Amino acid sequence: MDSPAIATGNGEVLAEAHAHPAHLRHHFETVEQQRDAASFGMWLFLLTEVMFFGGMFMAYLVYRNWYHPAFVAGCNTLNIWLGTINTVVLICSSLTMAMAVYSAEMRRKKSLITYLILTIVLGIAFLGIKSVEYAEKFELHHVPGASFSIEQFVHPTNPKAVALAPDMAEKTQVYFSLYFAMTGMHALHMIIGITILLILVVRAFGGAYTDGHMTTIENFGLYWHFVDIIWIFLFPLLYLISRYR
Amino acid sequence: MSQHGATELEHQEHHVVGPKVYLAVFFALMICTGLTTWVAFIDLGVLNPVIALAIACFKACLVVLFFMHIHYSSKLLKLTVASGLFIFLVLVTMTLSDYISRAWGLW
Repeated sequence: MDSPAIATGNGEVLAEAHAHPAHLRHHFETVEQQRDAASFGMWLFLLTEVMFFGGMFMAYLVYRNWYHPAFVAGCNTLNIWLGTINTVVLICSSLTMAMAVYSAEMRRKKSLITYLILTIVLGIAFLGIKSVEYAEKFELHHVPGASFSIEQFVHPTNPKAVALAPDMAEKTQVYFSLYFAMTGMHALHMIIGITILLILVVRAFGGAYTDGHMTTIENFGLYWHFVDIIWIFLFPLLYLISRYR
Repeated sequence: MSQHGATELEHQEHHVVGPKVYLAVFFALMICTGLTTWVAFIDLGVLNPVIALAIACFKACLVVLFFMHIHYSSKLLKLTVASGLFIFLVLVTMTLSDYISRAWGLW
């Protein structure tokens, strides 16, 4: 199954079998090359994710220009403080994930497990705050569809708000559709990330990732930071740029 | 002996990013988050979205460069990330040029 000898980068052939780390696959010459190939592949995947979210950002950009008053009205129904807290929570989870990668690099099993669990806790905290926000949208009838109510946009209670004509008020549904699509897809990525993190913790308990082979942790870190970046753009676009002042 | 040599070769290029860098980036991100929320309450007209997006781009750059290690990565990886983002901007520009020119002269 395994070839008895491998060629090194110098062209010299090692006589003894497996004079290389057990995790080095035979189609790579060095661990470094294997590592580069793995992160290159991960980055290509993340770029397809950029395109995936990019489509929704593009839709947001065009619709915001078409139905600007509706987007302003919709934006002001969001709680800016919950959004800010969630941004802080997510950046903290990025820090703990970065520290998890560092712990794996330093081969410290305990701190790796601690940082991975902290990342899970912060991820769940983010989703918890998000679910509070979603619940409020259901209560206020701000979820696009049959039970959607334009009442608050036609007769706003906020003195700073501009009353919208009924046809423009209907277009707030476009804003809320994009809000739910974008934050929903982001939340789905978080849920997938937390699921993978749970698997990583279990495997880290078994001694994985602290034996010098930590490609999985590194690549998962890239994924987690990517999800953070998506939120870094969602936060100003959905919460901040159209506040009444 | 040769195994030791190979191990040295394997590790010479790899850069371990430490807690100091991570903490510095973390605090920079926190300050930017506070800043962008604070600016949202000030009326700057057309500049509000511009500043919010500029801060977001700066934060994203910090995350990509340091948390995602691109600052310490190979030229191949730097080029890959840059070209991916460039292609995305090309798609945005071409889509917008379509929307802008649909009602050309009718506004």
